[in-house]
Amino acid sequence: MRHLMSPLDFSVEELDQLLDLANDIEAHPEKYAHACDGKKLATLFYEPSTRTRLSFEAAMMNLGGNIFGFSSAASSSAAKGESVSDTIRMISCYADICAMRHPKEGAPMVASAVSSIPVINAGDGGHQHPTQTLTDLLTIRSLKGRLDHLVIGLCGDLKFGRTVHSLVRALARYEHITFIFISPEELKIPGYIKEDVLEAQNIPYKEVERIEDVMSDLDILYMTRVQRERFFNEEDYIRLKDFYILNNKKMKLAKEDMIVMHPLPRVNEISVEVDKDPRAAYFRQVQYGVYVRMALILTLLEVNVC
Amino acid sequence: MLNIGGLSEGFVLDHIEAGRSMEIYQYLNLDKFDCCVAIIKNARSNKMGKKDIIKIECSIDAIDLKALGFIDHNITVNIIQNDRIVEKKRLSLPKEIKNVARCRNPRCITSIEQEIDHIFVLTDPVKEIYRCKYCEEKYRRKKK
Repeated sequence: MRHLMSPLDFSVEELDQLLDLANDIEAHPEKYAHACDGKKLATLFYEPSTRTRLSFEAAMMNLGGNIFGFSSAASSSAAKGESVSDTIRMISCYADICAMRHPKEGAPMVASAVSSIPVINAGDGGHQHPTQTLTDLLTIRSLKGRLDHLVIGLCGDLKFGRTVHSLVRALARYEHITFIFISPEELKIPGYIKEDVLEAQNIPYKEVERIEDVMSDLDILYMTRVQRERFFNEEDYIRLKDFYILNNKKMKLAKEDMIVMHPLPRVNEISVEVDKDPRAAYFRQVQYGVYVRMALILTLLEVNVC
Repeated sequence: MLNIGGLSEGFVLDHIEAGRSMEIYQYLNLDKFDCCVAIIKNARSNKMGKKDIIKIECSIDAIDLKALGFIDHNITVNIIQNDRIVEKKRLSLPKEIKNVARCRNPRCITSIEQEIDHIFVLTDPVKEIYRCKYCEEKYRRKKK
Protein backbone atom coordinates (compact mmCIF):
# COMPACT_ATOMS: atom_id res chain seq x y z
CA MET A 1 0.00 0.00 0.00
CA ARG A 2 1.25 3.45 -0.92
CA HIS A 3 0.60 6.90 0.48
CA LEU A 4 1.41 10.35 -0.92
CA MET A 5 3.19 12.65 1.50
CA SER A 6 5.52 14.65 -0.75
CA PRO A 7 5.67 15.25 -4.51
CA LEU A 8 9.08 13.59 -4.46
CA ASP A 9 7.55 10.30 -3.27
CA PHE A 10 7.15 9.43 -6.95
CA SER A 11 10.22 8.90 -9.12
CA VAL A 12 10.39 10.83 -12.41
CA GLU A 13 9.28 7.66 -14.25
CA GLU A 14 6.36 7.09 -11.89
CA LEU A 15 5.37 10.72 -12.28
CA ASP A 16 5.40 10.33 -16.06
CA GLN A 17 3.02 7.37 -15.75
CA LEU A 18 0.74 9.32 -13.43
CA LEU A 19 0.65 12.33 -15.76
CA ASP A 20 0.06 10.03 -18.77
CA LEU A 21 -2.91 8.54 -16.93
CA ALA A 22 -4.23 12.03 -16.12
CA ASN A 23 -3.98 13.01 -19.80
CA ASP A 24 -5.81 9.83 -20.80
CA ILE A 25 -8.57 10.69 -18.31
CA GLU A 26 -8.77 14.15 -19.89
CA ALA A 27 -9.09 12.64 -23.37
CA HIS A 28 -11.47 9.77 -22.46
CA PRO A 29 -13.38 10.67 -19.28
CA GLU A 30 -16.17 8.17 -20.04
CA LYS A 31 -13.69 5.29 -19.79
CA TYR A 32 -13.11 6.10 -16.11
CA ALA A 33 -16.67 7.02 -15.10
CA HIS A 34 -17.20 3.78 -13.14
CA ALA A 35 -13.60 2.93 -12.25
CA CYS A 36 -14.26 3.47 -8.53
CA ASP A 37 -17.83 2.23 -8.26
CA GLY A 38 -18.43 1.17 -4.65
CA LYS A 39 -15.25 2.86 -3.36
CA LYS A 40 -15.29 5.61 -0.75
CA LEU A 41 -13.02 8.62 -0.32
CA ALA A 42 -12.87 10.28 3.10
CA THR A 43 -11.94 13.96 3.04
CA LEU A 44 -10.51 14.82 6.46
CA PHE A 45 -10.06 18.58 6.42
CA TYR A 46 -9.01 19.95 9.79
CA GLU A 47 -8.83 23.45 8.33
CA PRO A 48 -10.93 25.22 5.72
CA SER A 49 -10.22 24.73 2.03
CA THR A 50 -12.42 25.26 -0.97
CA ARG A 51 -10.43 24.26 -3.97
CA THR A 52 -8.54 21.25 -2.71
CA ARG A 53 -11.44 19.56 -0.92
CA LEU A 54 -13.89 20.12 -3.76
CA SER A 55 -11.29 19.03 -6.28
CA PHE A 56 -10.81 15.72 -4.43
CA GLU A 57 -14.55 15.25 -4.13
CA ALA A 58 -15.13 16.03 -7.82
CA ALA A 59 -12.31 13.64 -8.74
CA MET A 60 -13.85 10.74 -6.78
CA MET A 61 -17.34 11.48 -8.10
CA ASN A 62 -16.00 11.52 -11.69
CA LEU A 63 -14.66 8.02 -11.01
CA GLY A 64 -18.07 6.80 -9.81
CA GLY A 65 -17.02 6.63 -6.16
CA ASN A 66 -18.58 8.09 -3.05
CA ILE A 67 -17.30 10.73 -0.66
CA PHE A 68 -17.75 11.68 2.97
CA GLY A 69 -15.77 13.60 5.55
CA PHE A 70 -15.55 16.84 7.47
CA SER A 71 -14.43 20.32 6.49
CA SER A 72 -13.14 21.77 9.76
CA ALA A 73 -11.62 20.52 12.99
CA ALA A 74 -14.61 21.94 14.88
CA SER A 75 -16.95 19.51 13.15
CA SER A 76 -14.72 16.50 13.81
CA SER A 77 -13.82 14.49 16.88
CA ALA A 78 -10.56 16.48 17.02
CA ALA A 79 -12.68 19.06 18.87
CA LYS A 80 -13.13 16.41 21.58
CA GLY A 81 -9.38 15.90 21.73
CA GLU A 82 -9.06 12.78 19.58
CA SER A 83 -5.58 12.20 18.17
CA VAL A 84 -4.85 12.02 14.44
CA SER A 85 -3.77 8.38 14.90
CA ASP A 86 -7.06 7.37 16.47
CA THR A 87 -9.11 9.25 13.86
CA ILE A 88 -7.39 7.51 10.97
CA ARG A 89 -7.73 4.08 12.59
CA MET A 90 -11.47 4.72 12.77
CA ILE A 91 -11.70 6.16 9.23
CA SER A 92 -9.79 3.12 7.91
CA CYS A 93 -12.85 1.04 8.86
CA TYR A 94 -15.17 3.26 6.82
CA ALA A 95 -13.30 4.36 3.69
CA ASP A 96 -11.01 2.94 0.99
CA ILE A 97 -8.76 6.00 0.70
CA CYS A 98 -8.49 9.38 2.40
CA ALA A 99 -7.25 12.89 1.74
CA MET A 100 -6.12 14.79 4.82
CA ARG A 101 -5.48 18.49 5.34
CA HIS A 102 -4.19 19.52 8.73
CA PRO A 103 -2.71 22.76 10.11
CA LYS A 104 0.07 20.82 11.86
CA GLU A 105 3.06 19.87 9.72
CA GLY A 106 3.58 16.12 9.42
CA ALA A 107 0.03 15.16 10.54
CA PRO A 108 -0.68 13.10 7.38
CA MET A 109 2.60 11.24 7.91
CA VAL A 110 1.52 10.31 11.44
CA ALA A 111 -1.78 9.10 9.96
CA SER A 112 -0.04 7.05 7.25
CA ALA A 113 2.03 5.20 9.87
CA VAL A 114 -1.08 3.59 11.41
CA SER A 115 -3.54 3.67 8.52
CA SER A 116 -4.74 0.58 6.70
CA ILE A 117 -5.91 2.69 3.71
CA PRO A 118 -3.86 5.01 1.44
CA VAL A 119 -3.44 8.51 2.88
CA ILE A 120 -3.01 11.53 0.62
CA ASN A 121 -1.46 14.66 2.10
CA ALA A 122 -3.85 17.42 1.02
CA GLY A 123 -1.72 20.12 2.69
CA ASP A 124 -0.03 20.15 6.10
CA GLY A 125 0.52 23.68 7.38
CA GLY A 126 3.32 25.46 5.55
CA HIS A 127 5.08 22.18 4.84
CA GLN A 128 3.85 20.20 1.79
CA HIS A 129 0.99 20.33 -0.65
CA PRO A 130 1.90 17.54 -3.06
CA THR A 131 -1.32 17.41 -5.08
CA GLN A 132 -0.87 21.11 -5.95
CA THR A 133 2.59 20.27 -7.25
CA LEU A 134 1.20 17.35 -9.28
CA THR A 135 -1.41 19.76 -10.65
CA ASP A 136 1.31 22.24 -11.60
CA LEU A 137 3.42 19.58 -13.30
CA LEU A 138 0.43 18.27 -15.30
CA THR A 139 -0.50 21.82 -16.34
CA ILE A 140 3.04 22.59 -17.49
CA ARG A 141 3.49 19.31 -19.34
CA SER A 142 0.08 19.56 -20.99
CA LEU A 143 0.37 23.20 -22.08
CA LYS A 144 4.10 23.42 -22.80
CA GLY A 145 4.55 19.82 -23.96
CA ARG A 146 7.54 19.17 -21.70
CA LEU A 147 8.92 19.44 -18.19
CA ASP A 148 12.49 20.20 -19.24
CA HIS A 149 14.21 23.08 -21.08
CA LEU A 150 12.05 25.73 -19.46
CA VAL A 151 12.59 29.15 -17.94
CA ILE A 152 10.17 29.57 -15.07
CA GLY A 153 9.60 32.81 -13.19
CA LEU A 154 8.14 32.49 -9.70
CA CYS A 155 6.67 35.73 -8.46
CA GLY A 156 5.34 37.08 -5.17
CA ASP A 157 5.62 35.41 -1.79
CA LEU A 158 8.52 33.04 -2.30
CA LYS A 159 9.39 32.91 1.38
CA PHE A 160 6.25 31.37 2.86
CA GLY A 161 4.71 29.87 -0.28
CA ARG A 162 4.83 26.10 0.12
CA THR A 163 3.61 25.56 -3.45
CA VAL A 164 6.66 27.41 -4.75
CA HIS A 165 9.09 25.40 -2.62
CA SER A 166 7.52 22.10 -3.69
CA LEU A 167 7.45 23.09 -7.35
CA VAL A 168 11.12 24.12 -7.31
CA ARG A 169 12.10 20.76 -5.77
CA ALA A 170 9.96 18.87 -8.29
CA LEU A 171 11.18 20.76 -11.39
CA ALA A 172 14.80 20.58 -10.23
CA ARG A 173 14.73 16.90 -11.22
CA TYR A 174 14.35 17.79 -14.92
CA GLU A 175 17.05 18.90 -17.35
CA HIS A 176 17.82 22.48 -18.29
CA ILE A 177 15.41 24.28 -16.02
CA THR A 178 16.23 27.91 -15.19
CA PHE A 179 14.52 29.55 -12.24
CA ILE A 180 13.95 33.28 -11.95
CA PHE A 181 12.73 34.35 -8.52
CA ILE A 182 10.82 37.62 -8.55
CA SER A 183 10.07 38.98 -5.10
CA PRO A 184 10.56 41.90 -2.73
CA GLU A 185 13.51 41.61 -0.35
CA GLU A 186 11.28 40.50 2.55
CA LEU A 187 9.71 37.60 0.66
CA LYS A 188 12.78 36.11 -1.05
CA ILE A 189 13.10 32.38 -1.57
CA PRO A 190 14.66 30.78 1.56
CA GLY A 191 18.39 30.15 1.60
CA TYR A 192 17.99 26.41 2.13
CA ILE A 193 16.11 26.03 -1.18
CA LYS A 194 18.91 27.86 -3.01
CA GLU A 195 21.71 25.99 -1.26
CA ASP A 196 20.26 22.50 -0.78
CA VAL A 197 18.31 22.22 -4.02
CA LEU A 198 19.69 24.58 -6.67
CA GLU A 199 23.35 25.22 -5.88
CA ALA A 200 23.86 21.59 -4.81
CA GLN A 201 22.84 20.50 -8.33
CA ASN A 202 24.28 23.47 -10.25
CA ILE A 203 20.85 24.57 -11.40
CA PRO A 204 20.88 28.13 -12.74
CA TYR A 205 18.75 30.74 -11.00
CA LYS A 206 18.58 34.46 -10.49
CA GLU A 207 16.74 36.77 -8.14
CA VAL A 208 15.17 40.03 -9.28
CA GLU A 209 12.75 42.53 -7.85
CA ARG A 210 11.10 43.89 -11.01
CA ILE A 211 8.86 41.59 -13.02
CA GLU A 212 9.26 43.80 -16.14
CA ASP A 213 13.00 43.10 -16.28
CA VAL A 214 12.57 39.38 -16.93
CA MET A 215 9.12 39.04 -18.49
CA SER A 216 10.44 38.46 -22.03
CA ASP A 217 12.68 35.57 -20.88
CA LEU A 218 9.95 33.46 -19.35
CA ASP A 219 8.22 30.33 -20.65
CA ILE A 220 6.10 30.18 -17.50
CA LEU A 221 5.14 32.88 -15.00
CA TYR A 222 3.98 31.37 -11.72
CA MET A 223 2.21 34.02 -9.64
CA THR A 224 1.50 33.61 -5.93
CA ARG A 225 -0.62 35.38 -3.38
CA VAL A 226 0.88 37.16 -0.40
CA GLN A 227 -0.89 35.26 2.37
CA ARG A 228 -2.21 37.25 5.30
CA GLU A 229 -2.13 34.17 7.58
CA ARG A 230 1.65 33.82 7.21
CA PHE A 231 2.35 37.26 8.71
CA PHE A 232 2.61 38.06 12.39
CA ASN A 233 2.59 41.75 11.63
CA GLU A 234 -0.41 43.27 9.80
CA GLU A 235 1.65 46.30 8.73
CA ASP A 236 4.11 44.10 6.81
CA TYR A 237 1.24 42.31 5.10
CA ILE A 238 -0.40 45.55 3.97
CA ARG A 239 2.90 46.94 2.71
CA LEU A 240 3.72 43.84 0.65
CA LYS A 241 0.38 42.53 -0.55
CA ASP A 242 0.18 44.71 -3.64
CA PHE A 243 3.87 44.64 -4.51
CA TYR A 244 3.12 42.81 -7.78
CA ILE A 245 0.05 43.21 -9.90
CA LEU A 246 0.10 41.48 -13.26
CA ASN A 247 -1.84 43.43 -15.89
CA ASN A 248 -2.16 43.61 -19.67
CA LYS A 249 0.64 46.17 -19.92
CA LYS A 250 3.10 43.76 -18.36
CA MET A 251 1.70 40.86 -20.39
CA LYS A 252 2.67 42.74 -23.58
CA LEU A 253 6.31 42.19 -22.63
CA ALA A 254 5.90 38.41 -22.51
CA LYS A 255 6.43 35.74 -25.16
CA GLU A 256 3.37 34.78 -27.19
CA ASP A 257 3.45 31.23 -25.87
CA MET A 258 4.23 32.02 -22.24
CA ILE A 259 1.69 30.72 -19.74
CA VAL A 260 0.59 32.35 -16.48
CA MET A 261 -0.11 30.00 -13.60
CA HIS A 262 -1.42 30.60 -10.08
CA PRO A 263 -2.34 28.11 -7.34
CA LEU A 264 -5.37 30.29 -6.51
CA PRO A 265 -7.14 31.89 -4.74
CA ARG A 266 -5.89 35.16 -6.16
CA VAL A 267 -6.64 38.40 -4.41
CA ASN A 268 -5.47 41.18 -6.70
CA GLU A 269 -2.01 40.07 -7.82
CA ILE A 270 -3.46 39.24 -11.25
CA SER A 271 -5.75 41.88 -12.68
CA VAL A 272 -9.03 40.41 -13.98
CA GLU A 273 -8.28 41.92 -17.43
CA VAL A 274 -5.58 39.25 -17.81
CA ASP A 275 -8.21 36.48 -17.54
CA LYS A 276 -9.15 37.03 -21.21
CA ASP A 277 -5.56 36.63 -22.39
CA PRO A 278 -5.13 33.15 -23.92
CA ARG A 279 -1.88 32.82 -21.98
CA ALA A 280 -3.77 32.92 -18.65
CA ALA A 281 -3.71 29.25 -17.63
CA TYR A 282 -4.83 29.41 -14.00
CA PHE A 283 -8.40 28.25 -14.51
CA ARG A 284 -7.25 25.43 -16.81
CA GLN A 285 -4.83 24.58 -13.99
CA VAL A 286 -7.85 23.97 -11.71
CA GLN A 287 -9.27 21.52 -14.24
CA TYR A 288 -5.94 19.72 -14.47
CA GLY A 289 -6.05 19.48 -10.68
CA VAL A 290 -9.14 17.28 -10.93
CA TYR A 291 -7.58 15.05 -13.61
CA VAL A 292 -4.38 14.54 -11.65
CA ARG A 293 -6.30 13.74 -8.44
CA MET A 294 -8.35 11.20 -10.39
CA ALA A 295 -5.13 9.63 -11.64
CA LEU A 296 -3.70 9.66 -8.13
CA ILE A 297 -6.76 7.97 -6.59
CA LEU A 298 -6.65 5.25 -9.28
CA THR A 299 -2.92 4.75 -8.76
CA LEU A 300 -3.08 4.50 -4.96
CA LEU A 301 -6.14 2.23 -5.08
CA GLU A 302 -4.33 0.15 -7.73
CA VAL A 303 -7.36 0.30 -10.03
CA ASN A 304 -6.47 -0.51 -13.63
CA VAL A 305 -8.76 0.65 -16.42
CA CYS A 306 -8.22 -1.07 -19.76
CA MET B 1 44.03 17.91 41.20
CA LEU B 2 40.59 16.44 41.82
CA ASN B 3 40.60 12.67 42.26
CA ILE B 4 37.69 10.51 41.36
CA GLY B 5 37.82 6.75 41.94
CA GLY B 6 38.05 4.24 39.10
CA LEU B 7 35.19 2.18 37.76
CA SER B 8 34.86 -1.58 37.80
CA GLU B 9 32.19 -1.55 35.08
CA GLY B 10 30.73 1.32 33.09
CA PHE B 11 31.70 4.15 30.76
CA VAL B 12 34.07 7.06 30.73
CA LEU B 13 32.96 9.66 28.22
CA ASP B 14 36.07 11.63 27.43
CA HIS B 15 36.82 14.64 25.23
CA ILE B 16 33.45 16.26 25.77
CA GLU B 17 33.54 19.87 24.63
CA ALA B 18 33.96 21.99 27.78
CA GLY B 19 30.59 23.11 29.12
CA ARG B 20 28.47 20.44 27.38
CA SER B 21 28.54 17.73 30.04
CA MET B 22 25.24 18.72 31.62
CA GLU B 23 23.58 18.75 28.21
CA ILE B 24 24.82 15.20 27.67
CA TYR B 25 23.70 14.23 31.17
CA GLN B 26 20.20 15.35 30.19
CA TYR B 27 20.23 13.71 26.74
CA LEU B 28 21.30 10.36 28.19
CA ASN B 29 18.64 10.63 30.90
CA LEU B 30 21.29 9.99 33.53
CA ASP B 31 19.09 11.65 36.13
CA LYS B 32 16.86 8.58 35.88
CA PHE B 33 19.74 6.13 36.49
CA ASP B 34 20.21 4.70 39.95
CA CYS B 35 23.97 4.53 39.62
CA CYS B 36 27.08 6.51 40.45
CA VAL B 37 27.76 9.34 37.96
CA ALA B 38 30.69 11.75 38.16
CA ILE B 39 30.77 14.90 36.07
CA ILE B 40 34.09 16.63 35.69
CA LYS B 41 33.95 20.08 34.16
CA ASN B 42 36.80 22.06 32.63
CA ALA B 43 39.43 19.36 33.06
CA ARG B 44 42.83 20.21 31.55
CA SER B 45 43.36 18.72 28.10
CA ASN B 46 46.44 18.83 25.86
CA LYS B 47 44.27 18.36 22.79
CA MET B 48 41.34 20.61 23.65
CA GLY B 49 42.67 23.02 26.26
CA LYS B 50 39.64 22.33 28.45
CA LYS B 51 37.24 19.43 28.33
CA ASP B 52 34.46 17.77 30.28
CA ILE B 53 34.40 14.12 31.33
CA ILE B 54 31.53 11.96 32.56
CA LYS B 55 32.10 8.69 34.42
CA ILE B 56 29.14 6.36 34.72
CA GLU B 57 29.17 3.21 36.81
CA CYS B 58 26.60 0.94 35.19
CA SER B 59 26.09 -2.14 33.07
CA ILE B 60 27.63 -1.57 29.64
CA ASP B 61 24.39 -2.24 27.80
CA ALA B 62 22.50 0.40 29.80
CA ILE B 63 23.35 3.39 27.59
CA ASP B 64 22.27 4.15 24.03
CA LEU B 65 25.54 5.03 22.31
CA LYS B 66 23.65 5.74 19.09
CA ALA B 67 22.13 8.76 20.82
CA LEU B 68 25.57 9.85 21.97
CA GLY B 69 26.79 9.86 18.35
CA PHE B 70 24.00 12.32 17.54
CA ILE B 71 24.90 14.57 20.46
CA ASP B 72 28.62 14.75 19.70
CA HIS B 73 30.39 12.14 17.63
CA ASN B 74 33.81 13.47 18.66
CA ILE B 75 33.41 12.14 22.21
CA THR B 76 35.64 9.20 23.11
CA VAL B 77 33.77 6.40 24.83
CA ASN B 78 35.90 4.17 27.04
CA ILE B 79 34.11 0.97 28.00
CA ILE B 80 35.28 -0.43 31.33
CA GLN B 81 34.90 -3.99 32.52
CA ASN B 82 36.73 -5.68 35.38
CA ASP B 83 38.56 -2.42 36.20
CA ARG B 84 40.11 -2.23 32.70
CA ILE B 85 39.37 -0.36 29.49
CA VAL B 86 38.15 -3.15 27.21
CA GLU B 87 37.19 -0.94 24.29
CA LYS B 88 37.61 2.61 23.03
CA LYS B 89 34.57 3.26 20.90
CA ARG B 90 34.50 5.67 17.99
CA LEU B 91 31.12 7.22 17.50
CA SER B 92 29.46 7.95 14.19
CA LEU B 93 26.49 10.04 13.20
CA PRO B 94 23.41 7.80 13.44
CA LYS B 95 21.12 7.85 10.39
CA GLU B 96 18.07 8.24 12.60
CA ILE B 97 17.47 8.95 16.26
CA LYS B 98 14.31 8.29 18.18
CA ASN B 99 13.15 10.13 21.31
CA VAL B 100 16.51 11.72 22.02
CA ALA B 101 15.54 15.25 21.05
CA ARG B 102 12.21 17.00 20.60
CA CYS B 103 11.15 19.03 17.58
CA ARG B 104 10.85 22.69 18.56
CA ASN B 105 8.68 23.72 15.62
CA PRO B 106 5.37 24.79 17.19
CA ARG B 107 3.60 23.95 13.93
CA CYS B 108 4.85 20.34 13.97
CA ILE B 109 2.36 17.54 14.70
CA THR B 110 4.69 16.32 17.47
CA SER B 111 3.68 19.43 19.45
CA ILE B 112 0.13 18.08 19.94
CA GLU B 113 -0.07 14.38 19.10
CA GLN B 114 0.16 12.11 22.16
CA GLU B 115 2.47 9.09 22.32
CA ILE B 116 4.30 9.86 19.11
CA ASP B 117 7.99 9.08 18.66
CA HIS B 118 10.14 12.14 18.11
CA ILE B 119 12.33 11.10 15.19
CA PHE B 120 15.16 13.02 13.53
CA VAL B 121 16.76 11.87 10.29
CA LEU B 122 20.32 12.67 9.14
CA THR B 123 19.79 14.57 5.88
CA ASP B 124 23.29 16.01 5.35
CA PRO B 125 26.18 14.00 6.84
CA VAL B 126 28.76 16.59 5.73
CA LYS B 127 27.06 19.55 7.41
CA GLU B 128 25.74 17.22 10.17
CA ILE B 129 22.16 18.33 9.62
CA TYR B 130 19.28 16.43 11.18
CA ARG B 131 15.67 17.15 10.27
CA CYS B 132 12.43 16.20 11.96
CA LYS B 133 10.89 13.23 10.16
CA TYR B 134 7.45 14.86 10.22
CA CYS B 135 7.90 18.57 9.51
CA GLU B 136 11.54 18.57 8.19
CA GLU B 137 12.49 21.37 10.57
CA LYS B 138 16.24 21.49 11.04
CA TYR B 139 17.40 20.39 14.49
CA ARG B 140 19.09 23.28 16.26
CA ARG B 141 21.38 22.48 19.13
CA LYS B 142 20.94 24.37 22.38
CA LYS B 143 23.36 27.22 22.82
CA LYS B 144 25.86 26.73 25.60
